[in-house]
Amino acid sequence: MENLTFTQEIKPPSTKKSPLRWLKDNLFSNWYNTLLTLFTIVLLYFLFKSVFTWVFTQAQWAVIPANLQILSVGSYPREHLWRVAYVIYVLAVLMGLSAGIWKGLNQQITFAIACIGAVITLLPINVNTSVRETAVIATTLIAVSYVLGRDRQNLKRWVIIGWVLMFPWMMFMLHGFGENSISTLNWGGLLLTLILAVVGIVACFPIGVLLALGRRSRLPAIRWVSIVYIEVVRGMPLVTILFMGSLMLPIFLPGGFQLDKVLRAMIALTLFSAAYMAENVRGGLQAVPRGQYEAAQAVGLSYPKTMTFIVLPQALRSVIPAIVGQFIALFKDTSLVSIIALSELLGVSDNILGNPNWTGLKPELYLFIAVIYFIFTFAMSYVSQIVEADLGVGKH
Amino acid sequence: MAQNSTNTAFYRDIRFLKVLFQILFLLGVAALAGFFYANMIKGLSDQGHPLSLSFLDNEAGFEISEGIDFEASDSYLKAFWVGVVNTLRVSILGIVCATVLGFIFGVARLSTNWLIRSIAAVYVEIFRNVPLLLQILFWYAITQTLPRIAESISFIDTIFINVRGIYLPTIAVSDGFSSWLWYLLSGVGLAIIIVFCFAVFRLLFGSKEVQQTYRSAFVSNTIFGAKWFAAPVFLIVAIAGWFLSPGQPLQITNVSGIFLPTIAVSDGFSSWLWYLLAGVGLAIIFVICFAVFRLLFGSKEVQQTDRSSFVSNTIFGAKWFAAPVFLIVAIAGWFLSQGQPLQIIRPEIQGFNFVGGINFTPEFLALLVGLAVYTSAYIAEVVRSGIQAVVKGQREAARSVGLNQVQELILVVIPQAIPIIVPPLTSQYLNLAKNSSLAIAIGFLDLFHVGRRMIAQTGQTIPIFGMIMVSYLIMSLTTSALMNWYNRRITRYGR
Repeated sequence: MENLTFTQEIKPPSTKKSPLRWLKDNLFSNWYNTLLTLFTIVLLYFLFKSVFTWVFTQAQWAVIPANLQILSVGSYPREHLWRVAYVIYVLAVLMGLSAGIWKGLNQQITFAIACIGAVITLLPINVNTSVRETAVIATTLIAVSYVLGRDRQNLKRWVIIGWVLMFPWMMFMLHGFGENSISTLNWGGLLLTLILAVVGIVACFPIGVLLALGRRSRLPAIRWVSIVYIEVVRGMPLVTILFMGSLMLPIFLPGGFQLDKVLRAMIALTLFSAAYMAENVRGGLQAVPRGQYEAAQAVGLSYPKTMTFIVLPQALRSVIPAIVGQFIALFKDTSLVSIIALSELLGVSDNILGNPNWTGLKPELYLFIAVIYFIFTFAMSYVSQIVEADLGVGKH
Repeated sequence: MAQNSTNTAFYRDIRFLKVLFQILFLLGVAALAGFFYANMIKGLSDQGHPLSLSFLDNEAGFEISEGIDFEASDSYLKAFWVGVVNTLRVSILGIVCATVLGFIFGVARLSTNWLIRSIAAVYVEIFRNVPLLLQILFWYAITQTLPRIAESISFIDTIFINVRGIYLPTIAVSDGFSSWLWYLLSGVGLAIIIVFCFAVFRLLFGSKEVQQTYRSAFVSNTIFGAKWFAAPVFLIVAIAGWFLSPGQPLQITNVSGIFLPTIAVSDGFSSWLWYLLAGVGLAIIFVICFAVFRLLFGSKEVQQTDRSSFVSNTIFGAKWFAAPVFLIVAIAGWFLSQGQPLQIIRPEIQGFNFVGGINFTPEFLALLVGLAVYTSAYIAEVVRSGIQAVVKGQREAARSVGLNQVQELILVVIPQAIPIIVPPLTSQYLNLAKNSSLAIAIGFLDLFHVGRRMIAQTGQTIPIFGMIMVSYLIMSLTTSALMNWYNRRITRYGR
């Protein structure tokens, strides 16, 4: 027998690549990749060169800071901006509390938003003092309520009630009451965009769920009415539906019954996204195993109980990513209300460009608005990816 | 048990309750509809616009400079039709561009080259996350910064870009109906040839024995399926020919400025067409002769190998002769024809505007670019996920039998990815067609914008909205029906 002795320990090969190795693997692995890389670099050089010269020498960015208020709240009266601020404060408190109570994703999102608040506070550009004030207060509120809410599980129910009441309270606050009320025609900018998106998604949810259940119903009358509604709405462009809301709805309603312009847009958006929501929910319903229905029936649950307690919780959980995707789409789609002359984020650009000081600055303004949309949608899709990973969708 | 069910009171019988519930539901729906209807009738009579479609024959009174020739004195009905054609134009061209871009970026996202991969990812994220309307407005703003006509950017004096859009050369155009007739005839010809080939091959090689081996089953299935392609091919050629023909073939109106270079019949063309046909015929004869020759004079060995591989060998062998023969005939025909069969007409400045060639207006371009780029970002994701969904083992198997990278992609991965890609791709196409209604924001006169104008002028809100709805529903329902049909066909095998 030989006596084997190891004189030297050999380390496992390093999985970390040297930069040179990385370059070779990822950019110059063979002749056509090398060609492609070089060609792309040349192309990118020219692209960036022209873009940078435009951005830094030709574009006139003065239009942005001068119109920040219009972009964010439209023509909302200046002396009533405190209403918006109060909405933000309550939102901040609720977010802080939820972050403290639930931790996890809530905490990350809230932290990100608090960071944005802090950045606005510290921004070197000359923002309105009241904006800075609001940002400072909101950030502090988030921090304070986060600390207060930490591990206070008994607050859970109250926070949920708070979120539910948040929406009516927001509308009440923004619209005001009595003689001081502010016409919705003054709502605009990012504020209106966010309101429309939130209203659309919140209001379409119950209708969508009912339609989805209707489409899967065994009763032919209900099934066919649902199918016709879903397919007709999905077959038409949103612009058509928005115009129908503004041109046809008044014809169908009793004479003299006037609906607010913004409200009509909200109705159109809701009815539109309900059809898409129905299809998403239907996907979730189909994913619930048959055994679940049968088990519910076996223990004697009625149809409504089966649905509310057994099927829908499972169905909705599996389509959360799709619903977030729909929310993103809806957020982008709110830009279409500018076609029916509402001044949301995109619509206010017309107001700004109408000012003789800022004519011809379309590219600058559009780019800025695009960046705002991008930040929101990108953040939402990022969050949805995290949610997806958290729920383990697609892992089973 | 049976007694129990007969004893149940009728108002507790589930069957009765179901019917009752449905009747109540329908009554509710009907009541709501009736309420709307009553209000509508009352409102309309107050406004003084009774429901009727007679306004469609009236003079439109507005001009449409886009698409089919249209004058202010033409009827509303024709105006609407112009809008429909414009929508189809921009949608079809948009779908083509979006598909090409989408496939390029979708494949690029899986590239081994880091730079390409990242660029594709950035492209997708940027264009997917910004609202389409904003993108269209942005492109439109860009077209307004283009130089004036006198200072047009030109490429080799054939393509001109200026503030009025892009001017492209056309290929010479003469009488509308005759050129459409050629499309029709070539459509018939193609259909006949395909069916004929199918018949001949089945007659010769369609035995049970042959169909049992994979390859022959593949060949005969392909040919069997031919009739399903032959008819659509004919229809597509005929319909496309209709739209591509300069001037409307049936002389209802004058169509001009339609979107693709139009092939037209100048004097040399018809003779060249005969060369083309002769080329196709020769190619077929060649294949058959080759087959017969091999069958009769081939070595014993060749004759003994099973017929299916013989058939496929023959066809695959013949293509190297048949294809060049066809090409030679076609090219020789081009030069032998009297005059040039097809002429290139370049746009030229005359006075203040360009004459000749075709013009894409800035509105059309902005809408097209916006739709194509936005949708391509979604298609890229569809393609990427489709390719990634193909089981890894399939790629490894392809590699292990010695296929190279391109063969692996074309023969193994893509055929399996297509069934996964098609359904979401269809919904992207539909989205594109529906999104073309955003034309109204930049003044491109698509069907919705024309309809909107008609409403503004006539006040006939309801009939016009009805027409718009029906148009969109026809588009989306036919597309999804076609795609469902295609989807069923391709998913029939395996999976």
